[in-house]
Amino acid sequence: MFSLKEIRKTALISLWFVFLTFPIMVIKVDPIERIVRWRWDNALYVGLGIFFLRLFIEFLKEKNSIRQAAKTTEEKESLSKIHIIIANPKQRNILVGVLLCAASVFPFIFDTYQTNIMITALMYVVLGLGLNIVVGMAGLLDLGFVAFYAVGAYSYALLNYHFGLGFWAVLPIGGGLAAMAGILLGFPVLRLRGDYLAIVTLGFGEIIRLVLENWNEFSMGPSGISNIPRPGLFGLEMSLNGSILYLYYMMILFMIFTIFVVNRLQDSRLGRAWIALREDEIACQAMGIDKRKTKLVAFSLGAFWAGIVGVIFAAKTTFINPASFTFLESAIILSIVVLGGMGSIVGVIIGAFILILLPEYLRAFSEYRMLAFGAILVAMMVFRPQGLFSTIRRTYTFEKDK
Amino acid sequence: MTTPILKVTGLTMDFGGIRALNQLDLDVCAGEIVALIGPNGAGKTTFFNCVTGIYTPTKGDVILTPPGSSKGISLKGMKPNIVTQKGLARTFQNIRLFSKMTVLENVMIGRHCRTKAFILGAILRTKATRREEREILEMSYGLLEKVGLADFANEFAENLSYGAQRRLEIARALATEPLLLLLDEPAAGMNPQETLELDDLIKKIASEGQSILLIEHDMKLVMSLSDRIFVMDYGKKIAQGVPAEIRANPQVIKAYLGEEVDA
Repeated sequence: MFSLKEIRKTALISLWFVFLTFPIMVIKVDPIERIVRWRWDNALYVGLGIFFLRLFIEFLKEKNSIRQAAKTTEEKESLSKIHIIIANPKQRNILVGVLLCAASVFPFIFDTYQTNIMITALMYVVLGLGLNIVVGMAGLLDLGFVAFYAVGAYSYALLNYHFGLGFWAVLPIGGGLAAMAGILLGFPVLRLRGDYLAIVTLGFGEIIRLVLENWNEFSMGPSGISNIPRPGLFGLEMSLNGSILYLYYMMILFMIFTIFVVNRLQDSRLGRAWIALREDEIACQAMGIDKRKTKLVAFSLGAFWAGIVGVIFAAKTTFINPASFTFLESAIILSIVVLGGMGSIVGVIIGAFILILLPEYLRAFSEYRMLAFGAILVAMMVFRPQGLFSTIRRTYTFEKDK
Repeated sequence: MTTPILKVTGLTMDFGGIRALNQLDLDVCAGEIVALIGPNGAGKTTFFNCVTGIYTPTKGDVILTPPGSSKGISLKGMKPNIVTQKGLARTFQNIRLFSKMTVLENVMIGRHCRTKAFILGAILRTKATRREEREILEMSYGLLEKVGLADFANEFAENLSYGAQRRLEIARALATEPLLLLLDEPAAGMNPQETLELDDLIKKIASEGQSILLIEHDMKLVMSLSDRIFVMDYGKKIAQGVPAEIRANPQVIKAYLGEEVDA
């Protein structure tokens, strides 16, 4: 099954791994007894483990390539299962129906803790979809997306603190303020692209966070703002569980609304202009697209969703401080978009669920949690660099007799 | 003589100390095919970039006069998208398609500056938006049929053959309903068969009254297509006239075709 050459290569690889892991797996310094323990047996385990793991992976690869070769070219081009389901309206409706049912009974089957995690995941879905407009569609690499999220959250906290405005009143205001911040950021970076843009947006995100952290009179500084009211329902008094339930359903509806809007934008004149902008800026302008306007709209629309989710975030946690809006947050949202598949709505949704739920459910592995999470991210990027789901462009059919 | 739709006077473009274009005059009349030829590095593409707003010329003026109107518009210093909106559409020497979009969508992009649905229209999908969208589709598909790419409408643009990509660029430019179509070396890299098809296509487009200004290296194509030819070398115009004149012009032969050809 395996040639001698393969086995020798595998042996060399496992030796290399033994060498690499030597400092942590073999050497153990005992500071109390002041001796070094040499755990040679660990080296053996690592070596054998890597040896068989690689043989196993090679075996799978071989099997896979045989299967691939057997397929006709036509089959190879066929899209993944989820694409087939989405392409078929009947199957898609069934899938959406099942998902909706599952989503609506979810809080009754699982406990409050699970529901809370779910709310967070849903929030990240919307954040991801917002960033997807900027990064996925318009191709503007934005590393400071969390700034808009912060703008939304602080709008609610401050407007409520100073003027006693309620959740529903601030929701559109927060979105609007974030959209304005998006335009504000957009103007100076209109000429920039790629890496340069990434650096400027990164700076912008940090500026917002630092302002919030240091301008005590305005934002209460690092101690944050507490006692932010949860969203109300016509002045109805709700228990903690009740309000979590309420937030959950609100978030579901809100996510559906976002998907609806983003989906419509994607196949519109504006959406096409965004994608054209991503593909080739010069050609895009030569075709009569106003680069400035298109970019600004992308920035502000993306920021709008972040602002709205920010308001919801403030209402959910009832306490915010600048520590919630660090660069890590931007990085996670960006990972959601990249991991899910740039520009793909389904991809972003699934990406958000994976990235937010995985660390939660990996809690079972306690201290290995983040290690496993990182390993999964690396593995996914190695095996599917284009993201989980690539975009499908809309196709149009025409009558033949035209 | 009617007023030319495009009139370029004294166009000069400096890049630092290098004068890429020097006092260039050129005009295109309605319904004409005009070719701009010259050796590599003569400044032809720079000329296109100046006219279409990608560069702002140092001196000179570019005047576009829509047929029927008496007053011309100066395009000098306008942004490329405004120039396109005013009625100049171009293709690129090195193909610049939107490769991750379908062939049809590429053409639909060309309709952008002639349509106006925006955020709200897109979200609400109002009656006006739907009608506009249908019009975009029908016109784009019609253009694809004209350039013979209708069968590939839903393919990604990057999967088309080289010749087909060139034709798609022309269709995309035509979708903007230009007063003047500017083709930057449309036959570059094409095999003889593809060049022949391109020749037919350009003639077909021109026969519908489309004015065309093209840069081309393929002499056979230029001679067969053009009504008039402008020749430039080192940023200067060295000759202009009908193909027969150009063919006989000793200065052109010297600069462009090489000295040994005069035998």
